[in-house]
Order: sequence, then C-alpha cells, then structure tokens
Amino acid sequence: MSIALCRVDDRLIHGQVVVGWGQPLHCGLIALVDDEVRRSEWEQDLYRMGVPSHIEVVFASVDEAVEQFAAWESDPRVAMMLMGDLDTARALCERCPSMRRLNIGGIHHRVGRTERLRYVYLSDGEVATLRAIAARGVTVTAQDVPTAPPVPLEDFT
Amino acid sequence: MSESVRGVVVSHAAVAEALVRAVAVIAGQSDALVAVSNEGCDTAALVARIGAAVGSEPAVLFIDLPGGSCLTSALRLAHDRPDLAVVTGVNLAMLLEFVFHRDLPPIEAARRAAEAGGRAIEARGT
Repeated sequence: MSIALCRVDDRLIHGQVVVGWGQPLHCGLIALVDDEVRRSEWEQDLYRMGVPSHIEVVFASVDEAVEQFAAWESDPRVAMMLMGDLDTARALCERCPSMRRLNIGGIHHRVGRTERLRYVYLSDGEVATLRAIAARGVTVTAQDVPTAPPVPLEDFT
Repeated sequence: MSESVRGVVVSHAAVAEALVRAVAVIAGQSDALVAVSNEGCDTAALVARIGAAVGSEPAVLFIDLPGGSCLTSALRLAHDRPDLAVVTGVNLAMLLEFVFHRDLPPIEAARRAAEAGGRAIEARGT
C-alpha cells in the first residue's frame, strides 16, 4: 500500500484531514512530520485528541521521516503523511525520491502572503519553493477536501 | 455573587454564530456568549482570534468537536490560564444551561454545562 496522501496543511491534524480525507480513504496510519511537534510530548497529545483509536498516529522529524518513508509506503494500512510547511515538504521531496505527489491542503494568511485560493496564501518565496518541488517531477495540486477538484500548481501560482 | 463568566463558542464554519443567535432568541441573553469561527485561520491565528474573544477575564470555551483545530487552539490558550475551562461537543442545551449559571467558577460552570449537554443527547425511535 502506498502513502495515499502527502499533504501540506498548517493546521496539521484537524477535522478536514481526519474526517474529510481519513474516512473515504479508510486511513489507518497518519505520519505527522514536523521537527517542532516531534520535540513536544504536549503538542503530540493535542494532535492525538482529534484522531479516532483505529488510526495510528506517528510523529517524526524530517530526518526520521526520510528513514521511515519506505516503511510507511509498504505498510498494509492506508497512510497519510502531513507536513505543516513548505520547507518540510521540500526537504522530504528532495530526500524521498518515491514521493511523487504533493497535496496543498491549507496554507493560511500571514504577513507577506497573498491569496492564491480561498485556503492557500503564499509568499513569492513559497511559490518558488513549490515550483522547485514540481521541477523535480512531483505533481503539486491544491485540494482542501476530496470532493473538490484538484487545482494544478500552474493555476494557483 | 461573583462576576459573571463569559462563554466563548468556537466552531468550524458558522456553527458558533448560529448557536449564539439561538441562545439569544430562546433565553433572551445576548451578552453572555461570543462566537468564534475557525475559517481562514492557521493554528496561531485561531489562538489569537480566540484570545481576543476571551480577553483577560475568566471564561468557559465551548468547542464543537472533541478534536481538531478548534480544540487544540483553545487548549493552547488555556494551557497557562487556570481561569479558563474548556467543554467539547457544544450543543444548544449546554449553552442554555450555562447562560443561567455564569456566577459559578469557570470549571464548575463548564462541568454543569457539559452534564446538561450530555443529558440532551438521546436516540428515539422503534
């Protein structure tokens, strides 16, 4: 079984991920890749609260995710990998060549970002990061929920 | 009587706003509750939005789901604020109980509201 969804979402685990994607995909494993969350038991407890007991959540640093990526891909359960920012996504795309698709699920407004889609705000630097990821042959699309059509990178940058 | 505790209802989309409006219609209380939506927010922005609604006074935070961005943001805010209590699974019955018992300390008001909300949930049919 491959990783069904590699998603960048600055809320990480939340309702849209667990219910919106998790239920139709029959997800059994969530890999949350974030160096800061990996260092904080308290943060991990917060994120676990939103996940039903039949879904295992593993927390990994970027380095750990690179080591575990193949194991998650071959796990018999349907897996989702979540990242909170584009730097993490770029690092994983560079170091995990079998990661061929990237979902942009939610990057919200901050100073320096402009609206690209209702749920995607990007700075010019972040647009360059996404294009660099795509240049590696990764298919980048924006899609908040599975019932919405995926938006190709060139249509929102 | 101690100072009245404020209620802050935090939800996805417009659920909180609708609940607060319904409480005003049913109970005639329009200043006891404030609605916060998570729309357009990352985690930090939602914490800030809830914090602005709460202010510096004691409050009970009513959250729609027992997990997800609304709850995690509320718990981040409440982490170092012992004057805040958090209740999940908000429904109209618990808010109606709360608005008439705002003289209690936040944790007691929260427990009382949670019990009322739980009692309101039942399945009927044959």
